[in-house]
Amino acid sequence: MSAAADPVTRTPAIVLENVTKQYGQGATILDNLSATIAPEEFVSIIGPSGCGKSTLLKLIAGLSPITSGKVVMERLTRVNARRITSFIFQDSTLLPWRTVRTNVGLGLELEHASKAARNETVDTMLKLVGLADVAEKYPRELSGGMKMRVSIARALASRPRVLLLDEPFAALDEITRDRMNEELLRLREQHAWTVLFVTHSVAEAVFLSNRILVLAAHPGRLVHDIAVPLAWPRTAETRDSGEFDEVVSQVSRTLREVQNL
Amino acid sequence: MKPIVRTGISALGIFLTLLLAWMRIIVLFKIPSYMLPTPAQVLSAAITRFGSLTTSLWITGSAAAGGLIVAIVVGVAIALVFAQSRWTRRMFYPYTILLQTVPIVAVAPLILMWVGPGLLSVTLIAFIICLAPIIANTTQGMISVDRNLVDLFVMNNSSQAQILLKLRLPHAMPSLFTGIRISSGISVIGAITAELFAGSARVGVGGIGYAIQYASAQLQTDYLFALVAAAAALGFAFFFIVMFLEWYFLHKWHESALTPEED
Repeated sequence: MSAAADPVTRTPAIVLENVTKQYGQGATILDNLSATIAPEEFVSIIGPSGCGKSTLLKLIAGLSPITSGKVVMERLTRVNARRITSFIFQDSTLLPWRTVRTNVGLGLELEHASKAARNETVDTMLKLVGLADVAEKYPRELSGGMKMRVSIARALASRPRVLLLDEPFAALDEITRDRMNEELLRLREQHAWTVLFVTHSVAEAVFLSNRILVLAAHPGRLVHDIAVPLAWPRTAETRDSGEFDEVVSQVSRTLREVQNL
Repeated sequence: MKPIVRTGISALGIFLTLLLAWMRIIVLFKIPSYMLPTPAQVLSAAITRFGSLTTSLWITGSAAAGGLIVAIVVGVAIALVFAQSRWTRRMFYPYTILLQTVPIVAVAPLILMWVGPGLLSVTLIAFIICLAPIIANTTQGMISVDRNLVDLFVMNNSSQAQILLKLRLPHAMPSLFTGIRISSGISVIGAITAELFAGSARVGVGGIGYAIQYASAQLQTDYLFALVAAAAALGFAFFFIVMFLEWYFLHKWHESALTPEED
């Protein structure tokens, strides 16, 4: 099937050109925001509430219309851009009437992939996130962390090249969140994704990212673009290093200044 | 099963108390049996006319069930249209409310005039009375889908039909069952009301509504009581069948379908 053929052979860069978002004649949510996310880069977006970081993610995904400016993902059409993009929401957004298996296989099912192909991919993805033994369970039987892992497995099942994550681990306890962060980096080593990651947690942003975009609120705008100097690969030990603490406190300071703007 | 047993025992207790009170009142106030028969007289009327009683039950039951089933099919189809856009809802929803507010006793004679007396018109009236709760509940379930879930489908380049059938419809299942539960009760009421007008008689015996009218005209109060009890039993049976189906289809994933001991 031609539609299933990969429309692009490499991971695209994401270019934001003067992106502005305004609801009707009301408040400006995002004001004239420009940035470039290089292929295979991991970029976190942080900022005070009301800075429009989640809105920005939805604009990039094409889930909400842009008032002016544009988002360019190489030369991809909207349909093709979506085909290589997966969005991971704050809550796990699992369909409660489907088992873990059919939840993970949802994207492939919507693309009319054969059942055999679907099952093979789902098994691979569930093994990847360590949930092979709960494949036939329903979401309500799982813990919050497991649900989020199913959500990630579902996002990965369509073999994305771009991942957009909207505070995916915000509802998890700290230990689970740290482990999920490590898992995300481990998966990223195997798949060369471009990642945009919205979070409230400075430590999480520092641990995961190549670069952190700091947004200010009212109107939402880009005020700082901080490169994270920590070496790769990053593991649980990275968090214990003095260097990590230093970067975290530097970014926290910046965020406090932004909050007082 | 413990809570069910407990509920059953307390319900039975109340039933026996009422039965005793009933018998006591007859003796105390010397009420003639054509006004209020004793439970024993009701039972004996039910046994001696068991054949016509079950035929009446069957006629009314099939009309009510038929009306309910058609209402489910048509109601879900209409809800699918309503879920498409706010415009279709704005245009057609007032008529759904109209369906609910127009008294069935006023519409029944009209239906009779157009369709003619018989099982068909009774089924049709049961259908009309069942439709509104199913449309209203199912539509509500379909449009109350979490925005993020719709976005998830959009990100997968899914078609409108896929969003409707793989997201909105299954999401609306619990609400659909709420609608069916409401309609199952009123389907029996609708059918009996219709029979008061429409008859649906089959060589002397008709549905419960018809038989009630006949028995009251003949002052067969004992048999009238048996018919009322049969009508109530029919409503109960419908309710429990729907409850079972709801449990069967939803218990695996839906919280409200959990039985207490699974908690």
